[in-house]
Amino acid sequence: MNDALYHDALMALSKDRTHAAALPPGTGVTVDNPLCGDRVTFDGKLEKGIARDIRHKVRGCALCQASAAALARVLDGKPARAALADAQAAVESVLAGGSAPAPWDAFAPVARHKSRHDCVKLPFSAVKSLFSGT
Amino acid sequence: MTLRRHFPLLNQPGPRIAYLDSGATAQTPDIVLDAVRVFETGARANVKRGVHRLAEAATEAYAKARTQVAAYLSVPAEEIVFTSGCTGAINLVAQSFGALLKPGDEIAVSELEHHSNIVPWHMLAARNGVKVNFLPVDGEGRIVPQALSPRTKLVSLAHVSNVTGAVLDVPAIVSEAKRVGARVLLDGAQRTPHGPVDIPALGVDFYAFSGHKAFAPHGVGVLWARSELLDAMPPFLGGGEMIASVTMQGFTPANAPAKFEAGTPPISGAIGLGAACEWLGTLDWAAIAAHELRLTGRLLDGLRAVDGVTVIGPQSLQGRAPVVSFDLAGAHPHDICQIMDRHGVALRGGHHCAQPLHAKFDLAGTTRASFALYCEDDDIDLFFAGLADAKRVLT
Repeated sequence: MNDALYHDALMALSKDRTHAAALPPGTGVTVDNPLCGDRVTFDGKLEKGIARDIRHKVRGCALCQASAAALARVLDGKPARAALADAQAAVESVLAGGSAPAPWDAFAPVARHKSRHDCVKLPFSAVKSLFSGT
Repeated sequence: MTLRRHFPLLNQPGPRIAYLDSGATAQTPDIVLDAVRVFETGARANVKRGVHRLAEAATEAYAKARTQVAAYLSVPAEEIVFTSGCTGAINLVAQSFGALLKPGDEIAVSELEHHSNIVPWHMLAARNGVKVNFLPVDGEGRIVPQALSPRTKLVSLAHVSNVTGAVLDVPAIVSEAKRVGARVLLDGAQRTPHGPVDIPALGVDFYAFSGHKAFAPHGVGVLWARSELLDAMPPFLGGGEMIASVTMQGFTPANAPAKFEAGTPPISGAIGLGAACEWLGTLDWAAIAAHELRLTGRLLDGLRAVDGVTVIGPQSLQGRAPVVSFDLAGAHPHDICQIMDRHGVALRGGHHCAQPLHAKFDLAGTTRASFALYCEDDDIDLFFAGLADAKRVLT
């Protein structure tokens, strides 16, 4: 059942350190999953609606790491509001068993593991808080 | 050991289930399932008040369960309070014993406690101004007994850690508590599944445990307390069955244990727990303890041979229960557990409701294997096959 879960594309995403950073405490927005203790921090800024300098720090599982890397990748340098909405729609689709464009298609096997959906969603909570009110 | 044959879930057709999550919920033997079925199909009714034959039978079965549990703990039956679980039992003490405390009084817990033995005391501190102190834990995950403040009124500690498997040095704790006049509560959730508990020999004042970790149904637990404490403590929950009388002006509580069992109790669960305790009391615990310890040793030896693994807990078998938590560098506990499940191995990953302990070791979580009397060498074989796979995929 888990054979497909940790496939090469997903593991490559989880190990993608392009936007990973050693963010000091108090930087950006941090969210926790109280059930497992995972913690995600996202930092970045908006310049005329464009997401810039997106960085993340994840203390979490491979799914959470991969989701954070994917989210940073699709946000950085893009119109933040539209890119986040597109990513949100894609991840909701893929977790419901539907289709999604890359990189979100890598998460298709997670659909049948409902206990792991929050692992994928945690970075979204951080980014939404980061950009809330902007 | 052939005890696995008593557990129907572990004997289903198909691939073997290596159930190493007994620290979260133990499996239930036929004898417990039968006791619950006999009650539900032959005597299901409410207890204490009815006079019809089913109510009489239910009341008798419920009373018998109290006697069976008491025998397992070597205490009088009237000192056994059935609760919703270990959490319910500790909260009862925090509310009822806590009501006897004054601002400035102190409670001692430890850094390794389950949240159910931390949060109720934080809540009590917020409610009436008591101070909560934390005994330190050493590098092997053992509580370090320390001199207690003379204002300490209660020391509340895990008899066995649900993370490190370390067994508490009860004599040292009780001796120091007596020196300052403090009471001692032990959270026995991880101890009671591993043989009868001689509470009088421990010298403690409260003992709490949950049914579902001791081969009984979910939703039932036990608080034992000395009768003088039960008499002195005000009731926590009000309602039916816990009163001597009720008037328009007030109420008079019943005597313990009824005083602490408001409403309809977990009758079926208590009957199952009674059956579990009676069955456990018939087993050869010298042989079972040796078996569980041998499996624990095999697991520890095997883990030590895996690059990147750190065992969070005692490295030897001295003063340790069959609960083993570990960190695998570069791999998250949930990912490890997910891959182990593919091999039929049931583990627990995360902070195990012990965030302060994991924070002390600078870990978000650990992966835990916890044994019960039905575990066998085949389970360890599956564990290491799964761990090798997890390591290959994740690191």
